[in-house]
Amino acid sequence: MTEPILKVERLSKAFGALEASRDIWLDLRPGEIHALIGPNGAGKSTLIQQIAGGLAPDRGRVLFDGRDVTALSTAARARLGLGRTFQISSLAMEYTVLQNAVLGALGRRGGVFRFFRPVMRDAALLKAARAALEQVGLAGVERVRTAELSHGQRRQLEVAVALTLRPRAFLMDEPMAGLGAEGTRAMTAFLRRLKTQAPILLVEHDMDAVFALADRISVLVYGGIIASGSVQEVRGDPEVRRAYLGEEGAP
Amino acid sequence: MRRERSLNMALMAVLLVFPLWAWSADEPFLITLSTRAVIFAIAGVGLNFALGLGGLVSLGHAAFFGIGGYAMGILAYHAQTYTPLMEWPLLIEGSKAMPVIWGVAIMASGLAALGIGALSLRTTGVYFIMITLAFAQMFYFFTISWPSYGGEDGLSIYVRNGLFGLNTMDPITFYAISYGWLVVVLFVVSRAARAPFGLALSAARQNAARVQAVGQVPYRLYLGAFTISGAITGLAGALFADLNRFVSPTMFSWQTSGEIMVFVILGGVGRVFGPVAGAALFILLEHLLGGVSEFWLVYLGAILLGVVLFARGGLYGLIAGREVAHD
Repeated sequence: MTEPILKVERLSKAFGALEASRDIWLDLRPGEIHALIGPNGAGKSTLIQQIAGGLAPDRGRVLFDGRDVTALSTAARARLGLGRTFQISSLAMEYTVLQNAVLGALGRRGGVFRFFRPVMRDAALLKAARAALEQVGLAGVERVRTAELSHGQRRQLEVAVALTLRPRAFLMDEPMAGLGAEGTRAMTAFLRRLKTQAPILLVEHDMDAVFALADRISVLVYGGIIASGSVQEVRGDPEVRRAYLGEEGAP
Repeated sequence: MRRERSLNMALMAVLLVFPLWAWSADEPFLITLSTRAVIFAIAGVGLNFALGLGGLVSLGHAAFFGIGGYAMGILAYHAQTYTPLMEWPLLIEGSKAMPVIWGVAIMASGLAALGIGALSLRTTGVYFIMITLAFAQMFYFFTISWPSYGGEDGLSIYVRNGLFGLNTMDPITFYAISYGWLVVVLFVVSRAARAPFGLALSAARQNAARVQAVGQVPYRLYLGAFTISGAITGLAGALFADLNRFVSPTMFSWQTSGEIMVFVILGGVGRVFGPVAGAALFILLEHLLGGVSEFWLVYLGAILLGVVLFARGGLYGLIAGREVAHD
């Protein structure tokens, strides 16, 4: 079996008496979509934060590409190739679509402490930015201000910016949120193609999308993973049905 | 965008033509007034680099303005009294040469901004405002109680400093020097705003999490911006002290910080040329309203309130319209 790119080992995090993450083991292998599901308040966001570097775990470690990154900052992890999209679109709203993508390309290339040559005339950065916009289907709106984009287009741009980093793995927090049926279908098809480029750790509420996309599913309830396996295994797991799926009606 | 550019051009043209007219009409006072406007504009452009581009609301830029002023004052004082600034471990003499004074002012205020920024930028919001204010107040009280350089009374310099043998006491010559610096500073800042640094800095203001997610550290960007900002404001301080041939702790006072911020807000936060319009308007109002009443600041306050309430983009927002993201 191929070595996982991302590995979470025995991760624990408590806020006072609340155990947001309890002894979590998780991995992400090349070419797969690993979905992380769980009811609200299960600790999905806390876990994502710890993997991305925004929150330090109390115990355990995060390995990326065989390297312990637990002590590294968000920025350092991003430079190593951890591409992240946020639950709530997190973009520079005053900028055009192209400027946001160039920001990503600049982040990857480095050399932000340059003060003289106009960044929007840098052919290499523009090329990388436009390629990413092309891939998500935003090439036609590159001169539009991000604030004027539709919600769905912002989600796409979010993915495009992550793409400019040419990540080794994606960390996606609810990319389907608020997309509507048509948008969700398009994003589902897109992610299915994207996973061959780099594996995706996907947090998602839309169960249809998860079951359609995921190669593996881990179920998080009250800070602990109660089940992990293929779609079939997880759907059939009685504990999962009781704790989570049952609440929304059996899938 | 085109309107903004024509406004920039018009502004710089007025600042060129008006003093020349005043010179031909033999009105040295009006030239001095224009010089004040231009020097304040430099200070404002400096603050705006941190405030407008980086979103760093510093209420302590008087610290850098004052350091620039005292860099000039101390060097010139030692030169005019023929006493060395320092004898041990190495001999440092004073200087009456403008290039030396500018260099020292820029370096000293830049270093101070690096230090103050490194500490203050660990906080955000109101705390950042308060900490920058506190640092400036420290300098204020330090200079008041520092007798070697005049304490509360400040330092007078008899003759304006020299540059290439020009007669810098001639108001129009000194105006030309100040205007030249404004052009240089505007050029540097507008290049930096469009360079990779400007793109990343402004993105960090808009969304710090985004900048981290693309692998960059907002703190470093802020610190770089704050340092450059302080250095520019320090240069303005040195010019201002040279204009008055006088430095005093007033340059460090929080009112000075407030005034520099007023230039930025009046003109338009985030527009490279905004503070130039703001400073010119400020000096104009000071001159016109000051003639009407000695309580002219009340009127200025009302105007400022109007700008903040009804014209958020300042003068530039009113005339040139909403800012367009530039490509």
